[in-house]
Amino acid sequence: MVRLEKVMKDFGGQRVIENLNLEAKQGEFLTLLGPSGCGKTTTLRMIAGFEEPTGGKILLNGKDVSQNQPYERDVNTVFQSYALFPHMNIFENIAFGLKLKKLPKEEIKKRVKEALRLVRLEGYEGRKPNEISGGQKQRVAIARAIINNPKVLLLDEPLGALDMKLRKEMQIELKHLQQKLGITFIYVTHDQEEALVLSDRIAVMNNGKVEQLGIPSEIYERPKTKFVADFIGETNLFEGTVSHVSEDCVKVIIDDLSEITITDPLLDKMSLKKNENVYVAVRPEKMKLNSSAEEGMNKIKVTVKEKIYAGSVHKTIASLSNGNEMTINELTGNTANMSDLNKSMFAQWNYDDGVVILQ
Amino acid sequence: MMTNTLKKNKGPLWTLSPLVIWLSILVAVPLMFVITIGFLSRGTYGSVEFKFTLENYMRIFNPLYLKMLLSSLWLSLITTIICLGAGYPFAYFIANAPKRIRGILLMLIVIPFWTNSLIRTYAWITLLRTSGIINSYLMQLGMINEPIQFLYTNGAVVLGLAYTLFPFMVLPLYASIESLDKRYLEAASDLGARPWTTFWKITVPLTMPGIIAGCILVFIPTLGLFFIPDLMGGSKVMLISNFIKNQFLTARDWPFGSAASIVLIALTFILLGVYVKILNKNKNMEVL
Repeated sequence: MVRLEKVMKDFGGQRVIENLNLEAKQGEFLTLLGPSGCGKTTTLRMIAGFEEPTGGKILLNGKDVSQNQPYERDVNTVFQSYALFPHMNIFENIAFGLKLKKLPKEEIKKRVKEALRLVRLEGYEGRKPNEISGGQKQRVAIARAIINNPKVLLLDEPLGALDMKLRKEMQIELKHLQQKLGITFIYVTHDQEEALVLSDRIAVMNNGKVEQLGIPSEIYERPKTKFVADFIGETNLFEGTVSHVSEDCVKVIIDDLSEITITDPLLDKMSLKKNENVYVAVRPEKMKLNSSAEEGMNKIKVTVKEKIYAGSVHKTIASLSNGNEMTINELTGNTANMSDLNKSMFAQWNYDDGVVILQ
Repeated sequence: MMTNTLKKNKGPLWTLSPLVIWLSILVAVPLMFVITIGFLSRGTYGSVEFKFTLENYMRIFNPLYLKMLLSSLWLSLITTIICLGAGYPFAYFIANAPKRIRGILLMLIVIPFWTNSLIRTYAWITLLRTSGIINSYLMQLGMINEPIQFLYTNGAVVLGLAYTLFPFMVLPLYASIESLDKRYLEAASDLGARPWTTFWKITVPLTMPGIIAGCILVFIPTLGLFFIPDLMGGSKVMLISNFIKNQFLTARDWPFGSAASIVLIALTFILLGVYVKILNKNKNMEVL
C-alpha cells in the first residue's frame, strides 16, 4: 500500500531520517512511535508530500509519488492541531475536498451528512470551528479527511491536545472507525500506551531509524534493542555476560555477579556465544519480592529502598549489591508492606520472563 | 485575562489630560469652527456673516458638485485597487522571504517616506512632464515623435496618490500575511487544492482583515490629499480635496468649503463604520 524505500531526509545539512524502509499494508493500523525529534513526524510529512525526501522512494500502490505535490497524492492528513479552516463552518470544512472535485451539490450534501454521522456530530453543520470543543474539532478533522476516501489516512498525534479521559474514548472510537472503513492508517504518537492499544503494528523510531517493527505484544514483550526495552513501558535492564549456552536455556552472569537463567522459547539460544556481552530485560510486573527464595525461579539479592503506592500496583525500588537500582511492581494487596523497608530480600521472576537483548 | 488587568490598572484619570488638551485644541475646537461656519453665510468680500443658512449644504447637491464628488470617489477607488493589486504580491513576497531579509525589505519601503511627500511629488513631475526625463528618453530612442502628455491627467493623479499611499497598503497586508498559519495552507493542499485555489479560498479570506485595513488606510487619505491632484492634475483635475482647499484659499467661500469638509468627514466616518463592522464579523475567526 505505502512503501518507503531507503528514504533519507536532511534538514540544513543534518540527516534526520536515515535509510528508512517501511511498509504499511492495506487496511492496516501502523503506528510510528518514538520520542520527540526521532523523525516520526517528518516521515509522516514526507508521505503526505509536505516534505520532499532527500533520497529514496515513497511508493503509493506501487507508484512512486516522491516528487508529487500533496494535492496530487491520494492520502489525507489529520493534523495535530486539526487546522480546521476558521472562516468556514463545519459543513464547508468537511465538504472542502469534495467541492474541489466538483461533485454535484446533492452528493456533497449526502456525503457530508454521512461523514458527520460516522463521527457522531450530526446537526453541527452550521457551527464555526471556534464554537465547538476540542474533541469535536478532532472529529471534524477526521471527517474532513476520510470523506475524500483516501487510500491512506495519516494522523499526526491527533489526540495530543485532548485530556486523558477524552483521549481514551477517542482511541477506542478511532480504532472502531478504522476497522469500519478499512482504510490504512499511519499514526504518529509518542504515547506508547496509545500505540499499544491502537495499532496492528508499531514501528519504534529513534534518531531517524526504525529500531523495531512488530505487533504490539512483540514490541512490549520481546524488545529487540536496548532503546525499545527502555522506551516502551518500565523495564529493568541488566548488563551481563553469557556463561552457559544450551538447546533449552541460556545463563547470564549479570553485573552484581548473580547468575540468571533464560528459557525464552522465542530466543535462538544457539546463536549466542559464551562470554558474549548482552542485556537482559525484565518487566517490573513480572517480578516479585520474597524474603526467602523460592526454588525454580531466578533470584537476585536486593535491599528494599522505597515503597510507592501507585493505585493498582505497589512499586518497590530496590538496590542490588553493586548499587544499581531496580523496580518491582506487585499488585496492590498482595504482599507489599511498609515494614519491608531496608530489609534484604530476593527479587524473583520466572525463567521464561527475561528477554535477551544483543549489545 | 488581558483586558481585565488593563481595566484594573486604569490609573488616575488626570494622566489623560495632556491628550485631552491636545485633542480639544487641535481637533475639537477647529472642528466646531468648521461645523459652525458650514451653517453661516458668505459675506461680500470673502468674510463670514453670522446668518444661519442651510444653503451651503443645498449647493453641494448641485449635479456639478455631485459629479465632482463621484469622480473623487472613483479615483480613490482606482487608487485603492492599484495599491491592493501591487501591494498584495509585494507583501506576500516579503512575508515569505527568509526572516533575516524581511526587515531590510520592509525598511526599503519605508525609507523613501523619510523625504517629504511634496518633494517626492515634484520628483514625479520632473520625470513625467513633457520636457521631462521619460519623454526625452522616449524621443531620443525614436519611439515617439512628440512628447506624451503624462502630467495633468487623471492617470497622473492616480499614480501620485498610489505612490504616496503604497506603504499604508503594504504594511497591514504584510502583518496579516505574515501571521497566517501555514498549516491551513498545508491542510488545503492535503485536501486536493492546487496553489491557486488555496490562495483564493484560504489565503485571501484569512488575510481579509489586512486587506480591509489596507484599503481603508489608502482610500480615506486619497480623498483628502489635495496637493497631489493640485500638482499632478493641474487645473484639469478637480477633486473634493483640492476643491475644498480652493474654497478656503482661492474662492474665499469659507461656509461652502466648511460644508464640503463636513460632507467629506461624514463620508469617511461611514467608511470607517463599515470597516469596524467587517472587522467585528471577522473577529470570531481569529480566536482559533
